[in-house]
Amino acid sequence: MTLNSESVIVNVGPQHPSTHGVMRLRVAFDGELVTDAEMVIGYLHRGSEKLAEERTFTQVVTLTDRMDYVASMTNNQAYILAVEKLAGIEPTPRGVWLRMISAELQRIVSHLVAVGFLLQDLGAMGTPLMYTMREREDVLDLFELLCGARITNSYHRPSGVFQDAPDEFWPRLELFMANMPGRIDEYEQLISGNEIILSRMRGVGVIQPDMMINASITGPMLRAGGVDWDLRHRQPYEYYDRVQFDRPIMDESDNYSRYLVRVYEMRESLKILRQCIDQIEPGPARDADVPFVIRPPEGDAYVPIEGPKGELGFYLVSDGGISPYRCKVRPPSLINLTLLREMVIGLPMAAMIVTFGTVDINMGEVDR
Amino acid sequence: MGPNFLDNAFFRNIYCNLSESDDVRCSGGGWLGDGLLPGGFEWLAFLITAILMAAILITLVLNASLVFIWAERRLLGRFQSRIGPNRWGPYGSLTPIADAVKTLFKEDIVPAAADRWVFNAAPVIMMVPSLMVLAVIPWGTGTFLADLNVGILFIIAITSLSTFAIVMAGWGSQNRYAMFGAMRAVALLISYEIPMAISLLGVLMIAGSLSLVSVVEAQNVPFILVQPLGFLVFFIASVAEINRAPFDVAEAESELGSGYHTDYSGMKFGLFINAEFTATILSSAVIVAVFLAGGRGWGFLPSQAWFILKMVPVLFFIVWTRASWPRLRIDQILSLAWKGLIILAFINVAVSAILSFIWPAPSTSELWLMAAINFGVLIVSVFAISSWFGSGPVSTPRMSHDEALPRPRPAGLSAGGDS
Repeated sequence: MTLNSESVIVNVGPQHPSTHGVMRLRVAFDGELVTDAEMVIGYLHRGSEKLAEERTFTQVVTLTDRMDYVASMTNNQAYILAVEKLAGIEPTPRGVWLRMISAELQRIVSHLVAVGFLLQDLGAMGTPLMYTMREREDVLDLFELLCGARITNSYHRPSGVFQDAPDEFWPRLELFMANMPGRIDEYEQLISGNEIILSRMRGVGVIQPDMMINASITGPMLRAGGVDWDLRHRQPYEYYDRVQFDRPIMDESDNYSRYLVRVYEMRESLKILRQCIDQIEPGPARDADVPFVIRPPEGDAYVPIEGPKGELGFYLVSDGGISPYRCKVRPPSLINLTLLREMVIGLPMAAMIVTFGTVDINMGEVDR
Repeated sequence: MGPNFLDNAFFRNIYCNLSESDDVRCSGGGWLGDGLLPGGFEWLAFLITAILMAAILITLVLNASLVFIWAERRLLGRFQSRIGPNRWGPYGSLTPIADAVKTLFKEDIVPAAADRWVFNAAPVIMMVPSLMVLAVIPWGTGTFLADLNVGILFIIAITSLSTFAIVMAGWGSQNRYAMFGAMRAVALLISYEIPMAISLLGVLMIAGSLSLVSVVEAQNVPFILVQPLGFLVFFIASVAEINRAPFDVAEAESELGSGYHTDYSGMKFGLFINAEFTATILSSAVIVAVFLAGGRGWGFLPSQAWFILKMVPVLFFIVWTRASWPRLRIDQILSLAWKGLIILAFINVAVSAILSFIWPAPSTSELWLMAAINFGVLIVSVFAISSWFGSGPVSTPRMSHDEALPRPRPAGLSAGGDS
């Protein structure tokens, strides 16, 4: 007797608890196993790149906030670096240090969100998520002190930052730095050694490093595959050549290594923060001579930075006017997603959701 | 054999008020006198008392599930370093009532493609098994509806009925997520029936009866000490049977939306949730009756109070696991049942059979001896099984160190990017 069976096609998303926004996956299931997956994106497309052509170079900063909305600071940073390269603006040293501090805080926030929601995808009933959100609140309070906003910061400006950090920022930052290592250890105690976590994440969602390099995947995902590639180290921007930090590398390239690399990178970010605090020098936080409306000379510029999710780059073309002629983003979220189909085929449904979670995407950045 | 609720003073009074029973326990009559109903109507007195008793117990258990919902949400709040519900009533204690009122007023949506009869019947059938288990649980001295001589068998048979309701909900919804949840639930429930039933065999050998009342009476030493391995397997299996974390694959909100009740709204959804919490309470009641000596305690509290006090740590532990652990995958759950729990349960049966062959009617001191032997068996067998299941050493990242500072900058990239 032969069984007449056919695969079931399920729309995972765009309204689904674990698609981290409005991602839609059309998945063909054979029982619990994924036989094929098709990615449908574009539900959060707002035309940010086109809108940028209608705004002045400084106004575009607010658009970059809304791309990867859990990592606005690094978006600002990548864009501002591209503008400065295009217009030949030299930032003030204090402004650069403040940008590095805000960017590393933002990296910690982004990894906290990634780890928390990954555990939510694993079905952990929100406990690790609540713990990570608790620390995220601390950092968002710090951002509020810096620029008055918590999520859509728009803190960075050509030649520096919007304003110098207020005096009460530094003790609050020290308090956060004192608390955070213990909090990271707490996550590790709760999560890293848990037998259920290990059995669900180790050896699942493996992707070969050469495939990732061919697909130009970057960030913690690539470093979890044994490739030592971190733009802060390979192409130092800002003052990353003046700080010492290690890059956690794992060779397994599975879901667990992608999780663990993020946890270790939070510790490295704390190290960088400590060195930034020690090296920051007094002075203006931005160059008052740089006008609000910039007219860069004709030309183009591309600056990639190491965002929390991978290489984040802005390619700007200027025709000599007050707004970019073309603004093209290299979004790490979108490019890291390209191998998702290869990663999830053959996995059970639950493992597919977890693999999707470890890629750590943000739909605001995928669709822009 | 007279009506067994005559052991309970409250119900004895009601029964004896009504009937002209010549039962010796009714000799003094009730509070209002004796024989309000004419002779020959003892059956009516029995029926009235039984319905009254069932109504009281069902009401109490359903209200207890409201209390448990509140307690779980407060506890989860504490576990998750947040406050939890605190708006309605002191410490948010009226929140479940507000939820219930809200659920009642919600629109009841039946999907257009749904199989209406199956879809509507499923939540009702879901409630039935959890309330039927109520009948045989000895809540205290004389406080039970029926002392079935096949009580434990009854519980195992009735709880597996909830599989029907879940399949009906999943099938009737015409929703693929619901179908996934239902299929998972069937696989899980059928697998865990087996270790659950086998783990109780050891208890039955020592107690010599399937009646829960006799099992409680046999526990001069609580069976959690005499049968630790049986308790472990039974506890894990009953957490799986009630679909709670870490075995909540049938609902799996991060994968399946809400699993088999994705398409339900309004009070039908409320019935599913209420059935889940009632089942949790009743499975903890079964654990208390079978393994924690039921209502037996010291004299300064009534036996019913002891029973409820013993349920608290069991329920707390269930909430604790839910707060701390992620969900297992369905294939891992099944392999845990078939490769782990069934083996442990059979080891327990073998050891218990030998021990009860040596001591056919164990005295209290012999029970303690059994407990010591069984604890040794527990440690050895659980260690063996878990080292087989264990996932080996964990690797940590290697740290790629920096060279001396400052590092060289590539041409064209400086602090501000000015080339």
